[in-house]
Amino acid sequence: MNLRKYLKVYKKFLHTSLASELEYKTNILIDLFTAILSLIGSIFLLSIFFENNGYIGGWKFEQALIIQGIYTILNGITNTWFNPNLTEIVKHIREGTLDFVLLKPIDSQFFISLKRITPSGFLEIILGFFLLLYCIKINQININLTFLTLCLITIICSICILYSLWFFISTTTIWFVKTWNATEVLRSFLYIGRFPLNSFSISLRIFFSVFIPIAFITSIPAEVFLGLSQLWEILLEVIVALIFLSSSRKFWLYALKFYSSASS
Amino acid sequence: MVQNIIDVRNLSKSFDISAKEPGLKGTVKHFFRRQTKSLKVIKDISFVIKEGEIVGFLGANGAGKTTILKMLCGLIYPSEGSILVSGYLPFRRKEDFLKKITLIMGQKQQLIWDLPPIESFYLNASIYDLDKFEAKRRIKKLSEMLEIEDELFIPVRKLSLGQRMKSELLAALIHEPNILFLDEPTLGLDINAQRNLRKFLQKYNKETNATICLTSHYMKDITSLCKRVICVHEGAISYDGKLDLLLKKLSPVKEILIVCRSEEDVIKLANFGFTVKNKIKNEITIKVEKKSITSSLKTILNNFDIEDLYINEPPVDEIIGKLLINKNYDI
Repeated sequence: MNLRKYLKVYKKFLHTSLASELEYKTNILIDLFTAILSLIGSIFLLSIFFENNGYIGGWKFEQALIIQGIYTILNGITNTWFNPNLTEIVKHIREGTLDFVLLKPIDSQFFISLKRITPSGFLEIILGFFLLLYCIKINQININLTFLTLCLITIICSICILYSLWFFISTTTIWFVKTWNATEVLRSFLYIGRFPLNSFSISLRIFFSVFIPIAFITSIPAEVFLGLSQLWEILLEVIVALIFLSSSRKFWLYALKFYSSASS
Repeated sequence: MVQNIIDVRNLSKSFDISAKEPGLKGTVKHFFRRQTKSLKVIKDISFVIKEGEIVGFLGANGAGKTTILKMLCGLIYPSEGSILVSGYLPFRRKEDFLKKITLIMGQKQQLIWDLPPIESFYLNASIYDLDKFEAKRRIKKLSEMLEIEDELFIPVRKLSLGQRMKSELLAALIHEPNILFLDEPTLGLDINAQRNLRKFLQKYNKETNATICLTSHYMKDITSLCKRVICVHEGAISYDGKLDLLLKKLSPVKEILIVCRSEEDVIKLANFGFTVKNKIKNEITIKVEKKSITSSLKTILNNFDIEDLYINEPPVDEIIGKLLINKNYDI
């Protein structure tokens, strides 16, 4: 893979999608406003849950805020990259414009996963980051290199798992043509990721660890922040992320063999 | 010696199609138990295309033209048979192969809707790994050829269909491909825009010796660009050869439009034994076998006092139309 070429293309992707988005200023302002309101609403909801109980699933409100911070960052990444690109796959396949992507001398997964960005999602990433900094302060967490490295690894793994899950669902469009609902179900499952996994029943915990690995997406990185995680948990998260990433890649290449292109 | 750039042998393609009965009952049945059947849309076709040739694919809607084009450029896997395009197996979509080809579809667009076309051109240039100066040079050259220098900086959504199609062409040709697959490139364009596009394609073919495979329902595209046509009927090739030979075979007659001095002469002419195509007031159009055109003209001029006379070939659309609807047309 020619890394220099891919960087150059990504720079162009950034440039063109930013320029496209900036054509509609009001839309950006509404998106920014929605992101701020959404974070305030989420924190308010969390505070209601903790009003009568000091602890939920063994987590204090200040600790649960870390999960909210990670969720906000991931939601920002979802809104910046995954939502504009991966929902577009359905459109590409339905309308047959995937033809143009497949005939370009560039990796098709790279192209359809990163072509567009929605800049308003950046605000959520920044807000989530500041919320995490605030959590570090109120939970009196010591910052050192190991802590930062582990946090970074687990958050990157979370992003990979989330991306792979979404991409996997979008890929099935090649056979089923319309899978909007499945991605919506995934998004609604992600809302669950705002709460500590231990606050759910055992059966739900198993479901959200094995079938829809929400646990790996928000809970484990939050535990790393609090110094509560075990090494095996972090290793498992890395392994799960690698498995998800490589399977989504293989699944995409396999699915393309069945692509029949839309009729003209 | 001119090389074969496309070599297709015994190519077939089948799709699984699910049919639905009408009505609510049919919809429910279709939802729970979808019955699919394999439909062979391309049936054992073989042909070769030489470098620099412009070949038109003719056929009715659903005949399989676009499927053939999509298999040639590597979008669809063939079910049986082999395809070699410029020495490559297209469906492997190797980078070097993709740099040599392009696909232009009249009904689909790749330009970024909200931005001026120049942004899409530079994006494509980076995908094809062209440096900025080379991209600029090619954009300048192609925009001059296509006469769209002024439209480069206007958002795509504000361009007319003709300007947009020219921009689509530029985006698809920025890497200077030597094989062009064009699927109804003039669809929806007005007469002038169609003519300009055809002129451009002729010029591009002449200057670069690019091979062009074209499908179009506008016969003017085919007659002005293609010397050779491949007629596809229900997935099989019914004719592969020179266009003028096909027209001669399909229409061994010429049409003579005679302007008579009176309507009485028109009636007399109609009863003289000629095959009448139509008659309006003092004008009559008759069909005459090409081999007997001279003797027929002599007969008309000797027996009738006519005002004017025109000899025409029957319209190409009419001739090809017959070919497309008649399964067993003897070519």
